[in-house]
Amino acid sequence: MKIFLRFAPEINQEPHISEVILETGAKLNINRASVDAVSGEVVVDVPDEKLNEVIKLFRSRGVEVSILEHPVILDEDECINCGACISVCYVRALSFKDDWSIALDEKRCNQCGACITACPHGALEFS
Amino acid sequence: MVEKTVQDINQKIKDGSVHVVTAEQMTDIVDELGPEDAAREVDVVTTGTFGAMCSSGAFLNFGHSDPPIKMQRVWLNDVEAYGGIAAVDAYIGATQISESRGMEYGGGHVIEDLVARKSVHIRAVADGTDCYPRKNIETEITIDDLNQAIMLNPRNAYQRYNVATNSSDRTLYTYMDTLLPNYGNATYSGAGVLSPLYNDPDFETIGTGSKIFLCGAPGYIIGEGTQHEPQNDLATIMVTGNLKEMNREFLRGAAFHGYGATLYVGLGIPIPVLNENIAKKTGISDADIITNVLDYSSPRRLRPTLRKVSYEELKSGMIELDGKEVRTSPLSSFFMARKVASTLKHWIEQGNFMLSQPMEKLPTDTLFGPMKQTKETPLVKDVMSRKMITIRQGKSVEDAAKLIMKGQSTHLPVTSEDDRLIGIITAWDISKAVAQGKYDKLDRTMTRRVITATLDEPIDVTARKLEKHNISALPVIDKDGKVIGMITSDDISRLIAKRNGCSFQAPLEEKR
Repeated sequence: MKIFLRFAPEINQEPHISEVILETGAKLNINRASVDAVSGEVVVDVPDEKLNEVIKLFRSRGVEVSILEHPVILDEDECINCGACISVCYVRALSFKDDWSIALDEKRCNQCGACITACPHGALEFS
Repeated sequence: MVEKTVQDINQKIKDGSVHVVTAEQMTDIVDELGPEDAAREVDVVTTGTFGAMCSSGAFLNFGHSDPPIKMQRVWLNDVEAYGGIAAVDAYIGATQISESRGMEYGGGHVIEDLVARKSVHIRAVADGTDCYPRKNIETEITIDDLNQAIMLNPRNAYQRYNVATNSSDRTLYTYMDTLLPNYGNATYSGAGVLSPLYNDPDFETIGTGSKIFLCGAPGYIIGEGTQHEPQNDLATIMVTGNLKEMNREFLRGAAFHGYGATLYVGLGIPIPVLNENIAKKTGISDADIITNVLDYSSPRRLRPTLRKVSYEELKSGMIELDGKEVRTSPLSSFFMARKVASTLKHWIEQGNFMLSQPMEKLPTDTLFGPMKQTKETPLVKDVMSRKMITIRQGKSVEDAAKLIMKGQSTHLPVTSEDDRLIGIITAWDISKAVAQGKYDKLDRTMTRRVITATLDEPIDVTARKLEKHNISALPVIDKDGKVIGMITSDDISRLIAKRNGCSFQAPLEEKR
């Protein structure tokens, strides 16, 4: 399961992620991070069996945590089913169904954002 | 021998006995029955395509304001339409981009918003005349407030299209969408088996005056499209239809990142199966339609062709390039192309759409020529300086700083023992290293992914590289990767100044 972490400026100097990994033994996979001088936003993939423990620990350290149920959202009204998103998706979260409409497998998505750039009709966006 | 006329088929449409299939179904029917029996069985084959067709737009008539204005320049939602026609007529083109929102919103989106019956902001300016005294106007309209809204697309329904890929080490953003580096993907367009013009490649039934499906409404072929090149299976058609009757489902404004706006057009042509020859041609399959894979990393008019490929291979999702499996993406929607063909089939079966006999045949022998250029395009070799200083790998940052001071150049190409380019170091890189207190070996400070120019490259291409990467100089390399010169933004500015006929060195004195 993917979680979204927000680090407020006042706690930004601590190595929170490293300490959560060491303490829980969870193999966290950082999918996306944007960190600047004052704050940080990070999307992390957490093994399901460690999810509650990891969330609890982040929260106790003052990190804002929300569960990312939909890493990327496909707006079916805007989608024209062209397929421009498919070949830029390296984790193969996007594919054609048998009827040539677009299928999205959210579990595979690592939020690289390539499909959002490639979509000509603005049908994809981060949640 | 089967011989039918368009009139025979129209009679069948009227009495409800017509047999219509889509071009996809026809492939199997011809395969199974053979062309003669297929011609006996099937009366009409419907085709369809739904792709980005940049050469599209619409003529709009706003009616007169009071007092009246001759709208010389006119904007719809900040997208400029062509106003150089009669007072209150304008042509909105699909690729014109918004002056306030940039590439993400353009003429294609305005057309979609009109068809969706959304309110659109109109702004126009004029010089003012005795008959049209007004100088500017602003108003809000919907498509229903217009006297006419007539789609007229100069080039639609390409018979097939090239496949795009990218051999360079950088991502490209093109009208063929995102092209990942090192053959990271390939994009294609066109409906293959459903392609309207591929199902009647010799224009035996399609021509000027043919009635077609255009964006959910009836439309007509006006004649050959611009860039019509049937000799290379790149035929196109010019089409028109009433925008007021169109359906947003079959018409969408779109934007390709880094390229700009366009319009997705849904277009279908019914092909009357008059004889077994036509039946045979409509029996074409994806495997029979071959197109070229081009390397879009070349910014020149003629891009290198890497290989030929069929639509069957493209639709499998993977093609082989240079021994590598490369994933493919269509830019046109096959899902929607099917919908166009099946909607048109339904219209004909219901008796709501009669076939028309073309007034004139489309040309079959035209070629698409290049632009005649009367001024020579300067090349890098005409402008670059051959006197340049380079530094060997293994030297120190201090050595580089000394060379820069001595040579009065801010860019130093770093070369290997055999003179090949392996990096570049600039005065800025050195300043940064010194400021961070980390300056010993060149290897750690230099940039390794160097942007380069070649001798025969037009300077417009070089200027674009400088602008895109926000840099001021490029090493010029030969085919072996050896550095043979440098070209700087100053060299290019000097040339442009010379071209414009003023002296770059001596600025004009300000006159009072």
